[in-house]
Amino acid sequence: MVNKLFGKKLGMTSYFLEDGGSVPVTVLEVGPCVVIQKKIRERAGYDALQMGYGSKKESRVNKPLKGQFKNAGGRFFTTLREIRVDDPDAFELGQEIKSDIFKIGELVNVRGLSKGRGFSGVMKRWGFSGGKKTHGSRSHRIPGSIGCSATPGKVAKGKKLPGRMGYQHVTTKNLKVVDVRPEMDLILVKGAVPGAPNTFLEIWKSRVGV
Amino acid sequence: MNVMEALEKEQMRGDIPGFRPGDTVKVHVKIKEGEKERIQVFQGVVIRKRRGNTGATFTVRKVSYGIGVERIFPLHSPIIDKIEIITRGRVRRARLYYLRNLRGKAARIKEKRF
Repeated sequence: MVNKLFGKKLGMTSYFLEDGGSVPVTVLEVGPCVVIQKKIRERAGYDALQMGYGSKKESRVNKPLKGQFKNAGGRFFTTLREIRVDDPDAFELGQEIKSDIFKIGELVNVRGLSKGRGFSGVMKRWGFSGGKKTHGSRSHRIPGSIGCSATPGKVAKGKKLPGRMGYQHVTTKNLKVVDVRPEMDLILVKGAVPGAPNTFLEIWKSRVGV
Repeated sequence: MNVMEALEKEQMRGDIPGFRPGDTVKVHVKIKEGEKERIQVFQGVVIRKRRGNTGATFTVRKVSYGIGVERIFPLHSPIIDKIEIITRGRVRRARLYYLRNLRGKAARIKEKRF
């Protein structure tokens, strides 16, 4: 059984439920992912499937990869990632796995690269409250004191300070699947997902409540 | 974005009549009580329409036993059974918030003449 697939974020919208309620949903394009290679315990030391996602022109693929893709059906992929499975031999090379592995009502986790915020201050990056805006205050968005004086004479390690924010892998856990459309390779999950539209995502089933 | 547009289109209803702020409408709302479903009518003046695809809403104001009541409906919500237009009002702005400060005769809206 596969419980993980790859996809991309398409955007957010609202979705009406049958009882008239409206939920905020993120639309994810999930798969189709194709089995490119099987990793078997005897040879690789673990059981997994190498999956391809996202199409690519033949002329853009180098020769060694072209050979692998040809063995697995002759389609060319931009991304190769592995998925852990219990029994790789239950799958065939070139087998397509679609978004219908997810069911409506299930919880999923989604991992992706968050939007880069550049060099950000402490208010945005760490949620500091900042200083007063008025009443003669000149400390509006600065961090304030960052430590003591001669003892210890240095700033504590890990002190929250301004710096690069975002563009990190972020996992959003336990999003409810609101709708699944295997014919369009889509799933709709309730709530937000890291990254901008078209961000590459890993989507897998949550273990909560299993 | 074509997939997103298609998804939103599919959620939207094609059976909503074109009404505007100032119009008096009857909104038939489906209400679930346990197992039974019944329809309640909310009649009043449209004082605001917000645009958007699936997120579009409109606000209906009525005065019930001397108390102003406003209800915001999602335009494409499945709880709306149907919308009837009673009169078309002649108004000069898009947001009729000034009606909140008026009562009785002053809060009337002239009917549109065709």
